[in-house]
Amino acid sequence: MTATSILFPEELNRDGVWEGLSEPDFFVDLNLDQIVRTITASREDEYHLRVFFYLPLPNVDAVLYRQEVMQDLENEALFESVKEFSQKMHLVRLHLNLSGKLYYKYNKEGWFLEAVATYCEAVAKFAQDLSSMEIKSRGFKSFREYLLSYVQSGRFRTLRDTAKKLKDDLSMVRYCLLINGGQVKVRRYASEADYSAEIERVFAKFKQHAVKDYRVQYSTGVDMNHVEARIIELVAKLFPEVFSHLEKYCAENADFLDDTVAAFDREVQFYMAYLEYIASFRGRGLSFCYPEISDTCKEIYDYEGFDLALAYQLMIEGKSVVCNDFFLQGKERVLLVSGPNQGGKTTFARTFGQLHYLASLGCPVPGRKACLFLADRIFTHFEREEDIRNLRGKLQDDLVRMHSILTQATKRSIIIVNEIFNSTTLHDAVFLSTQIMQQILELDALCVWVTFVVELASLDERIVSMVSTVHPDDPGLRTYKILRKPADGLAFALFIAEKYRLTRDKIKERIQT
Amino acid sequence: MKVFLMFRDRDFFLSEKFSSLLEELVKDLELDILFEAMASGDDYLLKVAKTALLASLHDVDTIRYRQEILKDCLKNASVVRSMYTLAVETIETRKRAYLGGIFSHYPSSILSGALELLQLFVEQLKKLRNFADEYGARFESEGFTRLFGMLREELDDGYLSTVQEHLRELRFRKGVLLSASLRSGNVGNDYTLRQFPKYERNWMKTMWQKRPPVYSFSIDPRDENGARALSELRDRGLNSVANALAQSADHIVSFFEVLRLELAFYVGCLNLYERLIELGEPLAFPAPVPPNEKRYTARELYDPCLALMVRNKVVGNDLDASGKDLVIVTGANQGGKSTFLRSIGLAQLMMQCGMFVPAESLSASLCRKLFTHYRRREDATMKSGKLEEELKRMSDIVDELTPHAMVLFNESFSATNEREGSEIARQVVSALLEKNIRVFFVTHHYEFAHDFYTQRLNNALFLRAERGSEGQRTFKLVEGEPLQTSYGEDLYRDIFGESGSSSLRDKATSISESERLVSI
Repeated sequence: MTATSILFPEELNRDGVWEGLSEPDFFVDLNLDQIVRTITASREDEYHLRVFFYLPLPNVDAVLYRQEVMQDLENEALFESVKEFSQKMHLVRLHLNLSGKLYYKYNKEGWFLEAVATYCEAVAKFAQDLSSMEIKSRGFKSFREYLLSYVQSGRFRTLRDTAKKLKDDLSMVRYCLLINGGQVKVRRYASEADYSAEIERVFAKFKQHAVKDYRVQYSTGVDMNHVEARIIELVAKLFPEVFSHLEKYCAENADFLDDTVAAFDREVQFYMAYLEYIASFRGRGLSFCYPEISDTCKEIYDYEGFDLALAYQLMIEGKSVVCNDFFLQGKERVLLVSGPNQGGKTTFARTFGQLHYLASLGCPVPGRKACLFLADRIFTHFEREEDIRNLRGKLQDDLVRMHSILTQATKRSIIIVNEIFNSTTLHDAVFLSTQIMQQILELDALCVWVTFVVELASLDERIVSMVSTVHPDDPGLRTYKILRKPADGLAFALFIAEKYRLTRDKIKERIQT
Repeated sequence: MKVFLMFRDRDFFLSEKFSSLLEELVKDLELDILFEAMASGDDYLLKVAKTALLASLHDVDTIRYRQEILKDCLKNASVVRSMYTLAVETIETRKRAYLGGIFSHYPSSILSGALELLQLFVEQLKKLRNFADEYGARFESEGFTRLFGMLREELDDGYLSTVQEHLRELRFRKGVLLSASLRSGNVGNDYTLRQFPKYERNWMKTMWQKRPPVYSFSIDPRDENGARALSELRDRGLNSVANALAQSADHIVSFFEVLRLELAFYVGCLNLYERLIELGEPLAFPAPVPPNEKRYTARELYDPCLALMVRNKVVGNDLDASGKDLVIVTGANQGGKSTFLRSIGLAQLMMQCGMFVPAESLSASLCRKLFTHYRRREDATMKSGKLEEELKRMSDIVDELTPHAMVLFNESFSATNEREGSEIARQVVSALLEKNIRVFFVTHHYEFAHDFYTQRLNNALFLRAERGSEGQRTFKLVEGEPLQTSYGEDLYRDIFGESGSSSLRDKATSISESERLVSI
């Protein structure tokens, strides 16, 4: 039995990878912080899995390892059976925790037994489920191998059989209480007749129609008060064998939880959380796909992609989500996005970043079909504040940040630039942008650049121009479509002209000769 | 234990809500007057009377069953009224207990509240059985014979003393014996009250020592939390017996409620009977026959509501409409046509709930359903036109119609001119006749009446409000061809006088129809 991890292939050294991890810098710019918060919302307290989203994978094989696991989990039967396992493991922790907090011995032992029994049941059922399940991933295969040999082990079998016997024995315990004033007598139950049933029988003849239920609802509490504790002590004296057996069992099995099983339970939540998260989008007809991943080829594409954070917001508001496509071919490296404001340019840039980052975690990404690049780093340069009181300071800051990016970036990096230099003159902006663009092109890094400096588009053949568009009939309406087309800076004006019948053709028509 | 005074094999239920068509029936037939006479000021009796009259029976057998019971009631009016009072008293006892124990949140309080009630109910049950013992022999009907027999059998002395014994034992002088098991966490569960074994009356003293092992402890008298915890345990154990007892008390109350409900109908009949006999009106138990026999023979059939209102004997009519599906009534204004139509409807409803009928004799076939379609006064809030409203109502009725139903039309479709109204009426009536529906139609539409008259149908009967040679009304209907005038001229003269004074006219139009009938 070798310990396995469902998150990493065996070859990968995973010692201490989680230590000191914190949210990457670009999370806020790409709204990945919102996405991860939504994904982990219901699980964070229990599993602390946010950290899993802070570590992009170092190589293509590690990505494929997770994609395989995720794809296996898309099989509903496996998903449900993992879910069932997790729910039971949750109960195990609940019961253990309870047992630790409780005060009275038999109460503590009772809940400890409950925890062990639930654990054994969870493990055995899951092993049984897995053995009959069609599994393709390396991750699940090696965990299954581990689990099957674990449930066969003598230790587990004894643990399980004894727990079952103890539970059975305890469930057979019947005793009588005679309460008279402040005195309580306890003895074994001796088949005395149910008096309520007798009373019902005597009065049954008057039964006409359904009447009110007078039973008072009592909570089924988990703990006991000192009177109940006294009673259970006496019950233990009535049934000495059962209770001494229980005591011994609890003492001997304090560390019954298997480390690998427990780790699996936590780590698999990464997949469960992500699949549950994307299920709601899929329910609205949005596509996800497992991207082809390369750390060499930069001919990337994604069809029908979208910004997850925005889409989540729109879904809550009941609005529809606009998807966008992109591709780079040959020597193309830079997507230069221009066009009217509020047309979805920033969203497009974020989508590009999100897709690459999520793909680097081994997750399926928004889109019908995708091929993405496994970057060593992702850099973002977004405008930090709308407030531009300190003009010189901001331009300076922009340049400092850009410089820092360019010194760290390699040809395997992704750089996302959003509206910089808009606080200086157009002339300056063109100049600075051109300089920086040249450096990026030299690096041969992948880049998305949102800008109003359309001059950049014609700078180099490695730059692809994409333009946000407006509705043909009403230029006031955004389509949020970003299309691959020349950045002439005229599209929007033409639409408005069309609407007011002021295009060249229209004016020619209107002017009667 | 079942009362079964309304049906041979099932309970009778009170209705609070009636369909709008039934409410129209109530209005058109002036049923409220009848209900009030039956209620004699008691709201409950009124509700029962209304429910019973509007929930017609459709089998001769059950009608006869009720008729027999009602005959017993007429013979033993004071016994029946006393039983009714006993039922009412018992229910009031329960109502007074509303603030008491059984509405508490503690099973032990619910239990003691229920015990108290049951103690009282046992006394009431004894009294009820005494009625059976003392007066049973005077009753002949199947319903009462069964009820009294059941009371004697189910509430015999043996049973009542068993109940007393339990009520004593449930005071738990020897303590409460509970059984329990363990649920998760070794917490006690399933606290169930157990009966002390009979042979072990004293098991605390003797058996505990003999039968090992028994352990015990006591709560320190200063340990308030302990006392509270122990009493909660006790309460958990008493939960289901407290429920059983409180429910038993409820069941006994419901038995008395059913008794009260079913007797209430007969008490209502007694009230009405006494009122009408006092006025010197005849009453008879009708002979119902199945719907397809198309029978209708009545002697001195009158409108009891009119009699009750004018506090006087009113004119009755003889009618032989056996084999007839259509009865068209034409003739003099204020000639008693509406009264006649009402008496038909009322007699039908009264017969079909098992009551006596307002006639010297009546034999009639049952109808599946009864509807009235009366001309309505203009309603200020009405948005659609009046004829539209009439047709809408007609359509509502048609939705509900089945073969062997009966429809009473009173000046229907007169919101338009005679030709159109006649045509609509002809369309409607022909359809109904083909569907085996019995129609009574009071109309001024000569064309409509005349058209059916000339068809010489075997199953149609034509009645005319009689008019003396001087124009005075006799309120008798006679068989006869429809006439083209309704003697409006007479009425005009009556009201306007020969001079046609306008002040008189104003006064006259404000008098209701029945008042005028009395004054004439």
